[in-house]
Amino acid sequence: MTLTLRDSAHLVSDPENLTSSVQEVFEMMLGIACQPVQGNEVEDGIGVAESVTAVVGFGGILSGACVIRCDEASARQIASRMTGMEFEALDDVVKDAIGEICNMVAGAWKSKVPELAANCGLSVPAVITGRDYNLHMQSPEFKVGHLYSCGKSRLEVAVVCDELL
Amino acid sequence: MREIQALIVDDSSVMRKIVERSLRQAGLDALVVIEAGSGVEGLEALKAKRVDLILSDINMPAMDGLEFVRQLRSQRLAEGVPVVMITTESSEEHVRQAIEAGAMGYIRKPFTADQVKQKVLSLLPAA
Repeated sequence: MTLTLRDSAHLVSDPENLTSSVQEVFEMMLGIACQPVQGNEVEDGIGVAESVTAVVGFGGILSGACVIRCDEASARQIASRMTGMEFEALDDVVKDAIGEICNMVAGAWKSKVPELAANCGLSVPAVITGRDYNLHMQSPEFKVGHLYSCGKSRLEVAVVCDELL
Repeated sequence: MREIQALIVDDSSVMRKIVERSLRQAGLDALVVIEAGSGVEGLEALKAKRVDLILSDINMPAMDGLEFVRQLRSQRLAEGVPVVMITTESSEEHVRQAIEAGAMGYIRKPFTADQVKQKVLSLLPAA
């Protein structure tokens, strides 16, 4: 029997699953509440400010990625909260921290869909920094994402996927 | 107080620090931590040092955590030492693979310090 995600499409595209995954990670690993910012859906493109984008790919029954994007100050605050250290620059530890947050959100999100938990693998995180760049994904079928406020930090979290098999 | 030597294997230095902090919060004050960034580094560390506890991620470059545990068991490194997987992979299939490889415990990321404490203390022999 061919495994399909068609019967779980409502779970894959449910924004509440993404929000509860983000909240679970921030509450357990950083000890802070994280709330969606109302009326701020994730937009394509990015501003000119220095920013950090972490990407964890999905492979197997689902092809896509979990993407987290925030400004430099938010990235440093999140890393500081995770490690108990202060950061004055966007160094390797800060990038590592944002990559791990993305990894845990991706894992928490896929665990909410039974077919994904067992049949979808995660890549190791990739982290991009800089300003005035775009992240292009090839023709995603759908995207679920939101802007979240976590303490003093704001971050965009999105899951983009190809066609559901 | 008995000294505990723990090997923490994770490609993320941040996660290694968080796991170490969780172990200290578990009351393992006399803790000596050895860090490794991959399964390959973990095996090298075990050839050089005796440890009482191993905590390993699964998704890592070079050698993943499941292969690391298989190798350390087949090479008879750290015989009888409890291995706990700490990973974002949470399916029953991953847990089954980890147990088959030789792990004795499984903690899903994200985790709380209390979860680490309960798992680790249940696996370490009483002092």
